[in-house]
Amino acid sequence: MSVTVEDPRIIEFDVRTDEMLVNMGPQHPSTHGVLRLLLRTDGEIIHEVTPHLGYLHRSAEKIGENLSPAQWIPYTDRMDYLAGMNMNLGMSLTVEKLIGMEVPEKAMVLRVLIGELNRIASHLVGMGAYGLDLGTFSPFLYAFREREIILDLFEEVCGARLTYSYLTVGGATHDLPTSIPIPPGLASLTGRSQDEQVSWMDAVKMFLDWLEPRIKEYHTLLTRNHIFIKRTAGLGVMDREMAIDYGCTGPVLRGSGVDWDLRRDGDPIYTRMYEGYSFEVPVAPFKEAPREAVLGDNWCRFFVRMMEVVQSISLVRQAIEKYPSAAGEHRVPFKLNTKLPKDEVYLETECPRGAMGFYFVGNDKAEPLRARAKSSCFCNLAPTAPLCEGFLLADIPAVVGSLDIVMGEIDR
Amino acid sequence: MTAEEIRNLLVEEFGEDRITGANLEAIDPWVEVAAEAIADVCRFLKTDERTQFDHLNNLCGVDYFEPDEKKQKKFGHEPHVEVVYHLQSYSLKHRITVKVVLPRWKDDKDGELPEVPTVTGVWKIADWHEREAYDLVGINFVGHPNLVRILCAEDWVGHPLRKDYEFPLEYHGIRGK
Repeated sequence: MSVTVEDPRIIEFDVRTDEMLVNMGPQHPSTHGVLRLLLRTDGEIIHEVTPHLGYLHRSAEKIGENLSPAQWIPYTDRMDYLAGMNMNLGMSLTVEKLIGMEVPEKAMVLRVLIGELNRIASHLVGMGAYGLDLGTFSPFLYAFREREIILDLFEEVCGARLTYSYLTVGGATHDLPTSIPIPPGLASLTGRSQDEQVSWMDAVKMFLDWLEPRIKEYHTLLTRNHIFIKRTAGLGVMDREMAIDYGCTGPVLRGSGVDWDLRRDGDPIYTRMYEGYSFEVPVAPFKEAPREAVLGDNWCRFFVRMMEVVQSISLVRQAIEKYPSAAGEHRVPFKLNTKLPKDEVYLETECPRGAMGFYFVGNDKAEPLRARAKSSCFCNLAPTAPLCEGFLLADIPAVVGSLDIVMGEIDR
Repeated sequence: MTAEEIRNLLVEEFGEDRITGANLEAIDPWVEVAAEAIADVCRFLKTDERTQFDHLNNLCGVDYFEPDEKKQKKFGHEPHVEVVYHLQSYSLKHRITVKVVLPRWKDDKDGELPEVPTVTGVWKIADWHEREAYDLVGINFVGHPNLVRILCAEDWVGHPLRKDYEFPLEYHGIRGK
């Protein structure tokens, strides 16, 4: 049978490939949760990316309108479940600013200590999961081994391992524990007896002493790994203007060379917590960068996180020094029926993934008129389409992973 | 620049009839802008040398309404919808809040969404924020390139963050309430 040129099936005999629609997610492991990317591909090349969100939408903002702020705290740590403490902190500070509440010094030191420890845990997952996206399994296991100890320490503090609801309006629910059974992971790593009792602070110090030299090993595993550099450097390049235009914050913004950290440049109610601490803000470009790396690429975003872990370790150490002499209690009481004044506050704090904003509108009632959570990952995810278009299908996990998103926070 | 200076600058540039109000004593001082002028005002705030608001922190809608008639007296606000823009400048390190006040429904017809010009041409991130505000609060951003729901399902009915929103009794065979 002969085929005429007009025959539409002629395309089947052509060497060109057809355009194809590929659904990536919502169950794809490297989309970090339930993100669905609708891809229009031509062979291996991506022509169009359409992100579909909302699979984890739990109406958190609507629920917040019917609860007192202290009751809404547990909903905030279910947003970014990898950094629950930082989310609790951001929301508490917003309400404190709205009602004009002063927090004692001890509570502030405690918040820095806990918040930075959680930042380490969160960035460890970010690093490990990014390795996993790119096909290397071992960094993930190392990251989870370390994170496990932080979770054990948090469990001793508040009884929860993931959704803490520990930092609350007015301070924290409990003071830090004194004597604890040594976390099993820490005991086996440091070669101590499993049934030893240690002070909580000593356990944190022991852990940091153990973790700090390991960072160098992670750099050999990933940062300077030839395959890793090939997959990340020079890809997903977002310049300064684009990062600002898309409202990116946190490590994504600093990876594009904008020197902005809310712990230093944010609202006074937040920055005063960090007064008297010395820390640096890692900003791309880095002198350690490999030859192939470009300002604002995947590699830079990853490296900002790695450097932040070092800074957080130093901040936790400084907070441990300050804690015994800090004045006041770990909290001032906050009643559930405290009326929120007829005013409104929008406050952003530096969460591990970026600037997490909370917006409260009070109306002389205990429940806010509007409780809004502006997600940092929501904005960081927005430039996915322009970053991926024109690249290969296999580069999508490398780009999306470098943005380090948590869908719980995006969908709320 | 302080909030007062920004307000005065805007009044000078756009006139009293477009810069309709301000509250400079609030914790976050805000300036109220007429709906039809918001895109121009935002573009001015972003591009002018003196303001340089290059970062849109947040964009959201707020529904001022009390569905319970007995509580309406104590509520203290006329029923309306607000679109709130939180802006910040990286270079000049100042902030401002801009608001647009809209009727709850266009021409007081229930279900007709109030309209406001889009600011997607000013900041790219406004695209997703406006889609969310449309989805949850029910505001029609005129000129938006792709105004579809972002968090709720495509065939969802109603706008959940409206105070008089009623939860559906049934959705694709799943019973509600």
